[in-house]
Amino acid sequence: MKARVHIMLKNGVLDPQGEAVRHALGSLDFKGVNGVRQGKVIELDLAETDAAKAEKTVTDMCEKLLANTVIESYRVELI
Amino acid sequence: MHAAVIVFPGSNCDRDLVVALERAGARVSKVWHKDTALPEGIDLIAIPGGFSFGDYLRCGAIAANSPICKSVVAHAGKGGYVLGVCNGFQVLTETGLLPGALLRNAGLKYICKTVELRVETNDSAYTSGYDTGDIINIPIAHHDGNYFVDEDTHTRLRDERRVAFTYVDNPNGSIGDIAGVLSQNRRVLGMMPHPERMAEPAHGGTDGAGLFSGLIGALTHA
Repeated sequence: MKARVHIMLKNGVLDPQGEAVRHALGSLDFKGVNGVRQGKVIELDLAETDAAKAEKTVTDMCEKLLANTVIESYRVELI
Repeated sequence: MHAAVIVFPGSNCDRDLVVALERAGARVSKVWHKDTALPEGIDLIAIPGGFSFGDYLRCGAIAANSPICKSVVAHAGKGGYVLGVCNGFQVLTETGLLPGALLRNAGLKYICKTVELRVETNDSAYTSGYDTGDIINIPIAHHDGNYFVDEDTHTRLRDERRVAFTYVDNPNGSIGDIAGVLSQNRRVLGMMPHPERMAEPAHGGTDGAGLFSGLIGALTHA
């Protein structure tokens, strides 16, 4: 079973890289981009076949290592 | 006074920190990240600057989960002293020993220059060599030094006088101009600037030496 983890900076945490991308889009004449937030995606190939167990394990991984919950939020997707 | 300097793959200020501590009078042992135990009788653990594990995932995140860091957290839990400089500060926030996190600099650039710091409190072993309000010149060299904490934690840090140093002219967007913070028991300090790079005349100044002499003086007489 595979899992995909989406990690984003929390709302309220300034994302200077996203802001830089927004400015760059503006300079390429893409109009109307009100905001850009940049995150990361981590794909995991798991031996686990039980979806509920896999989701619990990956959530545990996010809390312990994959995300820093002081500044980041995460979402686990099983694929 | 016996200090341990932790070395991770990618640490690059470990030797500087060893020299600064030794010249201030400490006996220093280097400890490799795969070790699980510290030498007996350690008074201070120092986590150096650098790019531990290539800054992969997040700065300090992999180091914070290395075998030796369990001993670092246990040492702090027993009331031991822990100093984290630059990447060491990032490691300490990732372990949860200090609140907050270090984000990418607001200007997105890696900044390497000497900056003015204000000593916000001399009520800690680390800052006992200074007077509150002193302005000292210390180099910074970081890409991710933008200190972030939520508003409630920021208020608590100020109320408890746990902000050790602030930037006079904020270079990286840190909330409240914060350059260094103390734990609740004032025995864990994390700071982005490098006092070990301004500790003897050949460095161009000695403003950082007061941190090491004050710290070792306080721990030797404790």
